Amino acid sequence: MLYSEVVMDHFMNPRNVGTIADADGVGEVGNAKCGDIMRIYLKIKNDVIEDVKFETFGCGSAIASSSMATEMIKGKPLSQALTLTNKAVAEALDGLPAHKLHCSVLAEEAIKNAIKNYYDKNGIEYNEEQFKESAHEHGHCDI
Amino acid sequence: MKIYADNAATTKMSKTAIQAMLPYMEEIFGNPSSLYSIGQTAAEAVFKARESIAECLGCMPAEIYFTSGGSESDNQAIRSAAEFGAKKNKKHIISTAFEHHAVLHTLKKLQKEGFEVTLLDVNENGIVNPEQVEQAIRPDTCLVTVMYANNEIGTIQPIAKIGEICRAKKVTFHTDAVQAVGHIPVNVKNDNVDMLSISAHKFHGPKGVGVLYVRKGIYLSNLIEGGSQERGKRGGTENVPGIVAAAAALKEAVSDLPESSQKLVPLRDKLIDGLLAIPHSVLNGDKEQRLPGNVNICFEGIEGESLLLLLDAKGISASSGSACTSGSLDPSHVLLAIGRPHEIAHGSLRLSLSDENTEEEIDYIIQEVKNVVNYLRNMSPVWRDLQEGKKNYVIQ
Repeated sequence: MLYSEVVMDHFMNPRNVGTIADADGVGEVGNAKCGDIMRIYLKIKNDVIEDVKFETFGCGSAIASSSMATEMIKGKPLSQALTLTNKAVAEALDGLPAHKLHCSVLAEEAIKNAIKNYYDKNGIEYNEEQFKESAHEHGHCDI
Repeated sequence: MKIYADNAATTKMSKTAIQAMLPYMEEIFGNPSSLYSIGQTAAEAVFKARESIAECLGCMPAEIYFTSGGSESDNQAIRSAAEFGAKKNKKHIISTAFEHHAVLHTLKKLQKEGFEVTLLDVNENGIVNPEQVEQAIRPDTCLVTVMYANNEIGTIQPIAKIGEICRAKKVTFHTDAVQAVGHIPVNVKNDNVDMLSISAHKFHGPKGVGVLYVRKGIYLSNLIEGGSQERGKRGGTENVPGIVAAAAALKEAVSDLPESSQKLVPLRDKLIDGLLAIPHSVLNGDKEQRLPGNVNICFEGIEGESLLLLLDAKGISASSGSACTSGSLDPSHVLLAIGRPHEIAHGSLRLSLSDENTEEEIDYIIQEVKNVVNYLRNMSPVWRDLQEGKKNYVIQ
């Protein structure tokens, strides 16, 4: 099989699908031309992620990565959510095929973008370094 | 319900083909090059298979060469014409932008070896205009290779007309007819073809057997050196059971053709109409000039791989031109060639029917595709933006 049982479970029964109308932070990464876009909505209270929802246009592993990543940050303090790596998402999914690893990268970056959006909207200072585009492979699509 | 709707990828072997090959694995397993009787009986079977295939294609048995499949046939045909052209300092080849990779990648390699390749546009309906071929032919053109029917969008090309042009201009003409033979009437003489590739597993024969038709007098060189099999043009002990089964499958497919297309075309059209009732969907390829079993549709706002996985969960086997399904970076070169933008090409679905599919199955496919497309659109940020008017629909 192409995907692990965990990936298939999160793809077939994705957790946290949807939107949050009065979201405190929204982050989006990807490009429809490349075949995947992820959008993350956060509800934040006292620096804790109270609720998180996602919308994804993409393949099975993109949807599963979004689902898993949102599960991993739900109820967590922002400081902890910011340390979530694509590697941790991929490991929690019991691995992704090599050419699908970028999906976990998108999930990590979508979450970071949403947190950054929350900081920007509320005038909260942060270290730019934390939000620098990661050095790992992102460019699976050059369009 | 289990529905196989990916017959352009491969087909289930017919009972006739399986029955035909069994004796050549169990009793008559001899090498056709051997002198004793089970060898010679096997040789006789290959001889008869060659005759039968020649009859189905409208040529002489001596013009038929057995290979390992469609890809090998394409490689050998193109390489041979290129080699012959190079001897006369003719190093220009004409093909189309939406050929199978067995053709495109062979041409790419030849480009690196100093050949010049012109890839013709296939227009929005996925059909090459013969005039385009005529205009592209130069004094140094050694080969025109245009597929008979496209493997993704099923469009049928004006092969006889292109062949006529090539014959008049004295340019060798090859066609990859892997998707056509056994599905629509093909006759190499009427179609003015010099070389033609076919593959047995596309018409309910076994995998690993291909045929290359080479018109008498057309130069053919080896890809595989070895013994004197195939008149010295393709070394290696013949795949006797496969060859016998390929001949049986082709004979059956060709004789069933009028009946099977009569059944398939209405099923195909019902499926097309049912799926196009989904808003913001579009048919890829001409509606009339297409293979009897081919349906290929793009749905805006969704991605093809997740569509396929969800359809598989509903028991439907299908295919897509999305990048994710191929493991490559780009969506289908065929959909890009007919002008679909990348984001639309990612959302394509190909259903290729055989005459085993039923009307009940078509109803089920239409219903399930509708459900799955709706489900995926509801979680798609692209679809949300389109619905909220933040972006404009590409497919109206």
